[in-house]
Amino acid sequence: MRRIAAITRNPVAIALVAMLAVAGCAGKNTPNNAADLGLGGAGAGAATPGSTQDFTVNVGDRIFFDTDSSLIRADAQQTLARQAQWLNRYAQYSITVEGHADERGTREYNLALGARRAAAARDFLVSQGVAANRIRTISYGKERPVAVCDDISCWSQNRRAVTVLGGAGS
Amino acid sequence: MKNTLTAFFSIGLMAAGIALAAVQPARAQLEIDITQGVVEPMPIAITDFVSSGSQGGEIAAVVAADLKRSGLFKPIDKGAFIEKVSNPDVAPRFNDWTVINAQALVTGRVSQEADGRLRAEFRLWDTFAGQQLIGEQFFANPTNWRRVAHIIADAIYERLTGEKGYFDTRIVYVDESGPKNGRVKRLAIMDQDGANQRTLTDGRSIVMTPRFSPNRQEITYMSYEGSQPQVYLLQIETGQRELVGNFPGMTFAPRFSPDGQKVIMSLMREDGNSNIYTMDLRSRNTTRLTNSNSIDTSPSYSPDGSRIVFTSDRGGRPHIYTMGADGSNPQRISFGDGTYSTPVWSPRGDLIAFTKQTAGEFQIGVMRTDGSGERILSSGRLQEGPTWAPNGRVLMFFRETGGGPKLFSIDLTGRNEQPIPTPNFASDPAWSPLLD
Repeated sequence: MRRIAAITRNPVAIALVAMLAVAGCAGKNTPNNAADLGLGGAGAGAATPGSTQDFTVNVGDRIFFDTDSSLIRADAQQTLARQAQWLNRYAQYSITVEGHADERGTREYNLALGARRAAAARDFLVSQGVAANRIRTISYGKERPVAVCDDISCWSQNRRAVTVLGGAGS
Repeated sequence: MKNTLTAFFSIGLMAAGIALAAVQPARAQLEIDITQGVVEPMPIAITDFVSSGSQGGEIAAVVAADLKRSGLFKPIDKGAFIEKVSNPDVAPRFNDWTVINAQALVTGRVSQEADGRLRAEFRLWDTFAGQQLIGEQFFANPTNWRRVAHIIADAIYERLTGEKGYFDTRIVYVDESGPKNGRVKRLAIMDQDGANQRTLTDGRSIVMTPRFSPNRQEITYMSYEGSQPQVYLLQIETGQRELVGNFPGMTFAPRFSPDGQKVIMSLMREDGNSNIYTMDLRSRNTTRLTNSNSIDTSPSYSPDGSRIVFTSDRGGRPHIYTMGADGSNPQRISFGDGTYSTPVWSPRGDLIAFTKQTAGEFQIGVMRTDGSGERILSSGRLQEGPTWAPNGRVLMFFRETGGGPKLFSIDLTGRNEQPIPTPNFASDPAWSPLLD
């Protein structure tokens, strides 16, 4: 009877929807350059060299992966090489590489897959001379899709690693 | 009945058997065999409990809804009732109930004690045998009236099916709101029937995969609130939170050990692969259980704590493996087409539930613990994350419904799929144990 009371214890995702037609099917046709996707809304060349916009628009801040893979494709290698070149020139930036997955995978497995993609992108940047201690990685699994339809073109947009600039001047 | 009484005491309810005359509670023929594939729901009459206000009807309605949702009972429309039960202490007119084919009858009374406590009594009758099967009473804080109703429904379910019930349980899940590319995710908790909704986090950080501790006072979950996503503990009543361990990388996919002393989870390695670790919550010691150049995740203990089932892509694609609790003798147990993940060991120990992806579909299924006897219970475009009811007869999972995910339950037979009501979109359900 004395225990009666005890019962009570009782970053902004940029919508790419308009661009999906451009993206086409998964695979080789997928644009790997942010400029191709119209990110930032500014034409190439409008950005100040060394600015975040310059990086996003002129270099390309993201790469894409094949289904259930963390292999850096040839097109992605080109993007990452440009990123490394830019980062080596503008050494004041630290970066975060975000790994993402499409929705075809369980939440837990996709966290791990996103982590593996981010690590693969980081390792490539390091191989191109970017200091490892400038790079942090994070996985968002399938929790932060940029494309929100549910077909192949969306999935290919969401299987990505995005290099986010941070800590300028640090 | 003795065990049941003990159970009630342990949750702070007072229960007492109430006998009527010298009727022996005989093990009558009135029993549902729920192990068979097809079950004809048992017609049952659940009368409004006698009370001075509306509470008697409300309690009866919760009991009836629980039993109906189980798929094993068919509550009879009250409009068909002949006898109006005004004194639940006397035997009903059994003929009035058999004539409307009520095989079982529930009567009761709810009243308030002088000290303010709610007093609820109920009796379960076998109408054809003319016998009382159960008679009990409970005292509780009036705010807990729904819980009293669930406990009564559990008692009826157990008496008539021979299996433990699962109605006096709660669900912790991820409440999702906002657009898909900017979804706000909060931990939320509710009763298993969707009542008593409450959010536990404010939505500023992504949260996922909440799981109950065996004593159901704590939740372990993964959150993005710190500098990197990691596993946390949350005390449900106090809201107190703490980080689990001091790991160098992302930790995720947590679950408690059956004794509640450890959290098992994945740790991301520097090379991007993930291995399985445990942390002892008392000593804070961490132990590495797998060491493969692959993704090892979604660990789940067997109920006796001796084995662990998990997902790994060490063989190329994600499949289900079991190993000893110390990481010994890992062996693959899933061999079908497609990929297998989120294995969860049944609380009865006999089965493993999983999410399977094959031919562009997500399936919820079960297999025996050696991987044999695979059965698919539900297929859909996007669904995952099974969790077991504590009696091991019902599973809950989440499914994309167009716009966002919602929760569903399904029987182990693959029948009786039921939507679980939630105010917003909902994912990652975890079913609490019964407290006994």
